[in-house]
Amino acid sequence: MSVDSVFVHKMWDENELSKMVKGGVPFPMLSDAGGKVGTVYGIYDEDAGVETRGRFIIDPDGVIQGYEVLTPPVGRNVGETIRQVQAFQLVRNSKGTEATPSGWKPGKITLKPGPDLVGKVWEVWKTEMAFD
Amino acid sequence: MAEELKIGCARPTGGPVGETVEVKESEPESLAKEVTAMIKVGKKAPDFTAPAYHKGKFISVKLSDYIGKWVLLCFYPGDFTFV
Repeated sequence: MSVDSVFVHKMWDENELSKMVKGGVPFPMLSDAGGKVGTVYGIYDEDAGVETRGRFIIDPDGVIQGYEVLTPPVGRNVGETIRQVQAFQLVRNSKGTEATPSGWKPGKITLKPGPDLVGKVWEVWKTEMAFD
Repeated sequence: MAEELKIGCARPTGGPVGETVEVKESEPESLAKEVTAMIKVGKKAPDFTAPAYHKGKFISVKLSDYIGKWVLLCFYPGDFTFV
């Protein structure tokens, strides 16, 4: 979503993005004239008249589980966003019985918070596991 | 899910919808702070409608139509902005 019109989105997709992504952008490219939606989400830069790089993870109940906002010159890390979605999906599927420690990614251990784990995380989880 | 838009000369526009974005006309100054404070993890994402370009068509997208699915909502400064 950006303040550009859908007509500009079409031109960008046809003339540039489709040369990077076969078939063009697969998801809807939203238009937010005047930054009305961006203002509600707190990421519209009124001085510059553009949205900053805000990214929101919204779960199937419509609840915001996480967000990240960057200023324009730094691009996002898509892999990290996907990792976070995978982590939130795991937690949701476990109905909140499991939690994903720092640096978790699919295949790494999860933790089951409860009375028995208090003060015992050091026994089952090592700091090296926070890194790839 | 998404209706196709009839395209005329005017640029299609959308905006926030629903109860979470009621605007008090008399208090424009406080509005920005109020709405910004509404964004919190663990809280509902404010609903909106927005015109969109999707695979050759112009459509209208409503966030609440995606209930039941995971959504990534990404804002960016503008088309052709390099990164």
